[in-house]
Amino acid sequence: MARITYREAISKALWEEMERDPSVFILGEEVGVWGGTYAVTKGFYDHFGPKRVMDTPIAEATIVGAAIGAALTGLRPVAELMTINFAFAAMDHIVNQAAKLRYMFGGQMTLPLVIRTVSGGGRQLGATHSQTPDAIFAHFPGLKVVAPGTPEDAKGLLKAAIRSNDPILFIEHATLYQTRGEVPDEDYVIPIGKSKIQRQGRDVTLVTYSKMLELSMKAADLLSKEGIEVEIVDLRSLRPLDMEPVIQSFKKTNRAVIVEEGWRSYGVGSEVAARIYEEAFDYVDAPIKRIAQKETPLPYNRTLEQMALPQVEDIVRAVKEVL
Amino acid sequence: MDTQLYLDLYYQMVLIRLVEEAAAQLYQQGKIGGFLHLYIGQEAVSTGVISARQPQDRVITAYRDHGVAINVGIPAKLVLAELLGKATGVSKGKGGSMHLADVRRNFWGGHAIVGAHLPIAAGLALGDQYQESNAVTICMFGDGATNIGFFHEALNLSKLWNLPVLWVCENNLYGMGTAVERASAVSEIRQKALGYDMPNSRVDGMDVIAVREAALEVIDNIRGGGGPHLMEIVTYRYRGHSMGDPERYRAAEEVKRWQENDPIGIYRRYLESHSITTAENLDAIDQRVEQEVAEAVRFAEESPEPPPETLFEDIYAE
Ligand SMILES: Cc1ncc(C[n+]2csc(CCOP(=O)(O)OP(=O)(O)O)c2C)c(N)n1
Ligand SMILES: [Mg+2]
Repeated sequence: MARITYREAISKALWEEMERDPSVFILGEEVGVWGGTYAVTKGFYDHFGPKRVMDTPIAEATIVGAAIGAALTGLRPVAELMTINFAFAAMDHIVNQAAKLRYMFGGQMTLPLVIRTVSGGGRQLGATHSQTPDAIFAHFPGLKVVAPGTPEDAKGLLKAAIRSNDPILFIEHATLYQTRGEVPDEDYVIPIGKSKIQRQGRDVTLVTYSKMLELSMKAADLLSKEGIEVEIVDLRSLRPLDMEPVIQSFKKTNRAVIVEEGWRSYGVGSEVAARIYEEAFDYVDAPIKRIAQKETPLPYNRTLEQMALPQVEDIVRAVKEVL
Repeated sequence: MDTQLYLDLYYQMVLIRLVEEAAAQLYQQGKIGGFLHLYIGQEAVSTGVISARQPQDRVITAYRDHGVAINVGIPAKLVLAELLGKATGVSKGKGGSMHLADVRRNFWGGHAIVGAHLPIAAGLALGDQYQESNAVTICMFGDGATNIGFFHEALNLSKLWNLPVLWVCENNLYGMGTAVERASAVSEIRQKALGYDMPNSRVDGMDVIAVREAALEVIDNIRGGGGPHLMEIVTYRYRGHSMGDPERYRAAEEVKRWQENDPIGIYRRYLESHSITTAENLDAIDQRVEQEVAEAVRFAEESPEPPPETLFEDIYAE
């Protein structure tokens, strides 16, 4: 075990998979000479060369489209979209092409494709550059959506994604890159589509993922001092969505709070709450609460932006309300 | 051209330079958050182009927008207040550095999604054409933006419909860390107009008078119904792409070479050697700008934060 950052974990996963399999290559904006906007691919260009670390023009639709085409020929492209905000410029290729080609052509085509991208607000980047629209992408059957919240999961899940034969949107979080955690030294993969209990508790089930896991852990520490023990289920993957650990936990606690960074309407919380009501209605002791971003585009001003984003205190308050 | 106009162009360029230097300082003090893309080195481009417009002409640009904001006449204090996220800022503190706009001055914003504002510019021009106004839309963008589909769709449409729009590509030789020739199949951006049978030109962006004259002529032609034009203006950004850019992609020597070609220095020499004004007059302008910027910084720092309830204002008109 080594204590490394989320950034290092992702970087190592990429590096190791590229060493292992010559069909894996990276393409995206500023991934090469610059070393990645978030420094994830620093040193890759010098080591693997321009054939396998390709700086592209600013052309999101064609970055994803070309990655799809290359994947169809049997390569394993890892396309990088600098942030998820720019995925909208590639939306057709993500949701109309990547998510549908296999099904539409009766299973003839296989797309071993990973699209790495970055979500998250809180850095004063303004309305178009601060979004967490993860749930939108999870709407489409045919696409898998993975969003790790710890270095260990980031590494294991990215390796699994690169080895997978399906198109996967791999969503990192802009403010997790410095977060440290224990990561196994040996080669390991974490199966995609498995939620994980990140903290055990008996009183309330907290369902979350990505950056909000960090906030939920802090809230859990605070609550624990008051004798309230929450159980935290980290979804890790939004599609497939593994409800098994959530339902199990809920049958024990009978109360749930769902925490996501994106907007509340039509969000992850909506989906998870509906599934709990559908699958465990008899166990419900209190209305399920959702913590999410306020329903406004994010403003630049720091104070206003923080007002709009979920905070640890919001989680603490919600847990107390369902008790 | 009368002397006052010559001096005003000088004043505007110096004002942009000093506003940017003040912004860099405020950023280092932690008072500006997010991204900050400085315009230093490119002052002659927007100053020359915008000086050629009439009040009815619309202007729209990308996120490197402080220069345009100053040139369209937004007071420096309102620009800096926006950079500090204050209620007095042009976008009420909600936009920040990348999103300055002043619709009353016909400035339709800085836009942060690369290339996204080009189709919008086509629409502004369409609106004017539809309403039989004689306005021209001036749309500015970087070299990097010419590689995204938005650019090609907008250029094609503008030519097809003969829209009154001037496409201004600020070719500063890099999109972030990617040199033009590593991102674009043609490094002379003007050539991209050929596929749309569109008139085009290439202008020295370090020479404000050359830029102004080129823009005057072309805008006049567009106003007369001549249709869109792609103007490539070659320039250079002296600072990083945004603050904190390690600049691994270019040599310090190259930056130095371009700095010797400083647009403000070139223009100063031009004004003096053509006996348009004296060094003393120019120094006096420098001093006036220094004072103006110091006052603008004070105004911005002393301005109030936007009240909490504004978080939910302006989401919809109704
Ligand atoms: C669609 C989209 N993709 C990527 C980005 C990230 N990005 C911001 S600026 C930039 C470079 C743009 O270069 P250029 O158009 O030459 O403008 P310059 O910064 O040189 O003024 C990139 C890649 C973005 N904002 N929007
Ligand atoms: Mg550029």
